[in-house]
Amino acid sequence: MDNQIGKANLEVFSETLLQEAKLNNKIVVVTSDSRGSGKLVPFGKQLPYQLIEVGIAEQNLVGVCAGLSAAGKKVFGVSPSSFLTARSLEQIKNDIAYSNQPVVLVGISAGISYGSLGATHHSIHDFAVLRTINNITIVSPADNFESSEVIKKSLNYDRPLFIRYGKKPTLNLHKEGQKFEIGKAIIINQGEEIAFIATGETVQRAYLASQILKEQGLNATVISMHTIKPFDKDTFLEAISNAKVLISLEEHSVYGGLGEMCASIIAQEKININFKILGIPDEYMINGSQSEVLDYYDMEPKKLSRLAKIMIDK
Amino acid sequence: MDIKQLKKKSLEYRKILLEIIYNSKAGHTAGSLSCIDILNVLYNDTLNITPENFNSFDRNRYIQSKGHSVEALYTVLCDQGFFKRSDLDTLNKFNSHFIGHPTRKIFGIEHNTGALGHGLSVAVGMALAYKMDAKPFKVFTLLGDGELSEGSIWEACTTASKYQLDNLIVIIDRNNLQISGDTELINPIEPLDKKFEAFGFSVKKINGHDITSLKENFNANAMDENKPNVFIANTIKGKGISFMENIVSWHHRVPTKNEYKLAIDELEVEIDQNG
Repeated sequence: MDNQIGKANLEVFSETLLQEAKLNNKIVVVTSDSRGSGKLVPFGKQLPYQLIEVGIAEQNLVGVCAGLSAAGKKVFGVSPSSFLTARSLEQIKNDIAYSNQPVVLVGISAGISYGSLGATHHSIHDFAVLRTINNITIVSPADNFESSEVIKKSLNYDRPLFIRYGKKPTLNLHKEGQKFEIGKAIIINQGEEIAFIATGETVQRAYLASQILKEQGLNATVISMHTIKPFDKDTFLEAISNAKVLISLEEHSVYGGLGEMCASIIAQEKININFKILGIPDEYMINGSQSEVLDYYDMEPKKLSRLAKIMIDK
Repeated sequence: MDIKQLKKKSLEYRKILLEIIYNSKAGHTAGSLSCIDILNVLYNDTLNITPENFNSFDRNRYIQSKGHSVEALYTVLCDQGFFKRSDLDTLNKFNSHFIGHPTRKIFGIEHNTGALGHGLSVAVGMALAYKMDAKPFKVFTLLGDGELSEGSIWEACTTASKYQLDNLIVIIDRNNLQISGDTELINPIEPLDKKFEAFGFSVKKINGHDITSLKENFNANAMDENKPNVFIANTIKGKGISFMENIVSWHHRVPTKNEYKLAIDELEVEIDQNG
């Protein structure tokens, strides 16, 4: 594992999609004045007839995606996650999920990627709202490998799919030959008493915390739960079977996301584990860059390693 | 289908949709009656959507954006052979797929609707796909007039116009009533023709109950090349049953036993007169 800093996941998404769309003219991208923020300018230049621009009209974007899909296109609707999953929630629910159109909705600049642009632009609700909707898969890739693989897999995915991308470069986390499947969690490291479970751009933070613990002689488990729904319960339970401490991390509200999903399983399976959910608390979020805010809410690697050790001693 | 046959179908369809609403004790009676002539002409004369070609991508499309008038749609689809007449006896019953709004669980339904303001965007997507592939298919969608207060309708209009979707045919069921009353008192939508013209549509006002006119207009070529089409179909909510016409409460009222009998009697007299 080289753990080099890679590209922004969003960039990998757009490169992969362009590559695939050149080979498959059924692929259509729909944007809401979001081709720049979606890194889709090269796509628009090279494949202008495979890009539909609806302007700043997210509800219409989702409906148009459903119609294109019903008429045989493989459709990627690309729009900032905040607007896509809040303003167009009813279109996602009815026209995509309920109508079972295998559209790929791509929530760009997700989580708190927009940093100091503020709450209007943050999507720390998207996992929670989409989890309650039947028939939509939710994926939040951690690094460049997961970002590219999920797009390749999405081409033959026959159900509605939501993928969430951030826009900052991420650490490469996976070993050569790693396999990726939608709905199958990846164990980046299988450790012992301490386990971290994370999704999206917080996985690298869990990984860095595990590296600090390693220097201190502690072998921590790191799970990349890239698919939030359907949740890979089996891999999760197996990975934490020897753990005494579990910490979940997500760039999302602590309500309704990864952490609460884990809590639900732990409680119902009667697992005895010291568990902490990290994410954005239910408060007026502090202003800062994505990195500053995640650090502030205890998802900074050193803080994470300290927290894990405190919890193990309890 | 000739005009006489179509007129007879309209009367028969009215009987069936009243029967299924009466039997299931729920439904959107008056709105189904206002659009049944439109659906009749579309399915029996214009669309060529059949159980045989329904699973193909390459065919005309119909999306009923005013999903609540589903009883009209079920009635017509049943007559086209998409499902058995006895299936309609399960309408609104426990564990039936025949629910109060269109669902793709039912063979023949194009898109799930019910929440208003959605159908036009989906129709735009379909029409776009056919344009991109230079295929000759048309996409029809029926909107309610109350539904036109939804902002998403107007978002969809901008895209239809931008991409010059002359294969898109929007039909407004302009019956002037919505659940709480007169559309112009609830939230005025007029001047509709001027609004659609301003959004880049070819606009024509038609009589939504005149079978001859509907047949002629639905089968015509695009009014203008490179422009989406809208027919503002003037209709009467509750059309065909004297005591239901233009009465707000029939939006989703179910006839009593006596009312049901009176309604069927009215229709049968008409059927007799039409030979």
